[in-house]
Amino acid sequence: MSDQSNAKRPLVEVKNLVKHFPVRGGLFQRVQTWIKAVDDVSFNVMEGETLGLVGESGCGKTTVGRTMLRLIEPTSGQVLFDGVDIFELDHNELKDRRRHMQIIFQDPYSSLDPRMTIGDAVSEGLKIHKVGNREQRHEMTLDILRKVGLEDYHTKRYPHEFSGGQRQRIGIARALALWPKFVVADEPVSALDVSIQSQVLNILKDLQEDLGLTYLFIAHNMSVVEHISDRVAVMYLGKIVELAPRNKLFSKPLHPYTQALMSAIPIPDPNAKRERVILKGDVPSPLNPPSGCRFHPRCPVVRMGHCDIEEPPLRELESGHFAACHYAEDYV
Amino acid sequence: MAEQVKTFRREDEGEPIDSLDRYLEGTQAATVEPLSFGTIALRRLLRDRLTIIALGVIGLLVVVSVLANVISQEFLGVDPNSTDLQITFQPPSKEHLLGTDQLGRDQLSRLLVGGRTSLAIGFFGAIIALTVGVSVGLLAGFFGGRVDDLVMWFINTLQSIPQIFLLLIIFALFAPTPTWLVIILGFLGWVGTTRLVRGEVFSVRERDYVTASRALGASRATLMGRHILPNVLPIVIVVTAIDIGTLILIESALSFIGLGVQPPTATWGNMLAKAQQYFHLGPHLIIFPGLLITITVLCLFIIGDGLRDALDPRLK
Repeated sequence: MSDQSNAKRPLVEVKNLVKHFPVRGGLFQRVQTWIKAVDDVSFNVMEGETLGLVGESGCGKTTVGRTMLRLIEPTSGQVLFDGVDIFELDHNELKDRRRHMQIIFQDPYSSLDPRMTIGDAVSEGLKIHKVGNREQRHEMTLDILRKVGLEDYHTKRYPHEFSGGQRQRIGIARALALWPKFVVADEPVSALDVSIQSQVLNILKDLQEDLGLTYLFIAHNMSVVEHISDRVAVMYLGKIVELAPRNKLFSKPLHPYTQALMSAIPIPDPNAKRERVILKGDVPSPLNPPSGCRFHPRCPVVRMGHCDIEEPPLRELESGHFAACHYAEDYV
Repeated sequence: MAEQVKTFRREDEGEPIDSLDRYLEGTQAATVEPLSFGTIALRRLLRDRLTIIALGVIGLLVVVSVLANVISQEFLGVDPNSTDLQITFQPPSKEHLLGTDQLGRDQLSRLLVGGRTSLAIGFFGAIIALTVGVSVGLLAGFFGGRVDDLVMWFINTLQSIPQIFLLLIIFALFAPTPTWLVIILGFLGWVGTTRLVRGEVFSVRERDYVTASRALGASRATLMGRHILPNVLPIVIVVTAIDIGTLILIESALSFIGLGVQPPTATWGNMLAKAQQYFHLGPHLIIFPGLLITITVLCLFIIGDGLRDALDPRLK
């Protein structure tokens, strides 16, 4: 199924997206410098697919996700949703568009208003967009809550009466109550207990089939991404370094960074021998990213004189398999 | 063994439940009709004995103060402002339950009438401070940037001038009648509330549930009214209760330096201020107004605390 997704129509097209956050300081809060959180990122999300977005903490995954929903204004670039640039929309057009694009958060504790009942939280979107009358909205709320495995009487309860897994399912219900087309799932399971992770992942998968959803699934856990994604994009320091159908990426990663990530996935066999790629040092600061290829100070196969000077573009090396490495051909 | 664990797993609950007791507790809780937020808060408040006592005391003081004239005339049979130089500095007696002052006026009736003025200054001043403070703080915190810069610049400038000098200047221009005192104290009091609300809004507006609401397409008014305001309200309520107390104290302090409400209108503050000159002649003149101010302010602080706890849905 993963290889077919390329034939589908792109639902969301991200073109040269850039987001630099100003760092202010000094007497009059002048801009001192810029954090280059997302630096020229382009990719498409195909209709009906799940695109996994992985990378270390601070690599800009969340910023990409939130900017795609225009929850953060970009520095430059375009996000085309159904062919329409969402950054060009005025207030009312954007409000209408928001029905079709939703977000699920990482932290189930801060994502629900402690002073709002579950029923009110889940039906908030229906109310904002004036969907149906009161009874119809109530019916729809119950319907979506049942879909995520909650019961009718839960509507009158407050978030503190629920467990983390339940809260996360409530967050999913809130995002899906409006039947959106596109959902950004921002690390939806990383704050959950392992036993509940799979439960929530399965709910997400079932709902995708039921409602025909398209996901951008942000995560840092490779096995979770492998489980749910059709295609996977790997980010490093504000750039996409590799983008490929899941099977290709996991069987034959072309970028040295992806290879290092893959070698860190634990294998449930204590006797299995494997080559572990250990990266040197920490992720450099996005305040002042390295010259040339951003990965070059940590790259195990770096060729100085080339990698530290010229920035590698994201190239299609095989059908649907993109990588941003000068020497990616070596691994094809 | 594995099957046993499975039977203890409720359908709506992801995690297995470790004992039969907790399982039964869970099913029982599920059948109980959930209570509205207001009912829960009220129940919690009623369980807090100290706050209830404090509320009772303040309630009594308010009722008695509002009915001050009626009580003085009907039950005590004295006019709070009628002087009688034959009976100055009398200790508490049958005719004058709390004694008389330096002009022979009945202290109890003056305390009742004075309480009305003092409490009114506190309550209405706090309402003005609350209204202005919350609105400005909410806007500054929500919009941030230039709006916030402007507000903070204004507040910092205002707060860098010692309040007592500001009041000296203002009352050199206006006669310190209770009405003016309320208005001026209210408009000086909002800065503290604004600062607090602004800080709280800054933290609340970054929470995911606010972002979620934004993603759903909520307007700014909805974000502020439905999500941010209810979540900063507890802190505002505490501050308001404390503000009322503080304003009563400020009025007393102003009276002390002769800038408060002018005689013959009685307030607890100016009664106390006058009494300090006659401490050796009539100690009861200093004890009772002082006691009333202390009790009122203490009760208001306790109420503030109690309300905050009652309004927090996380505490049960």
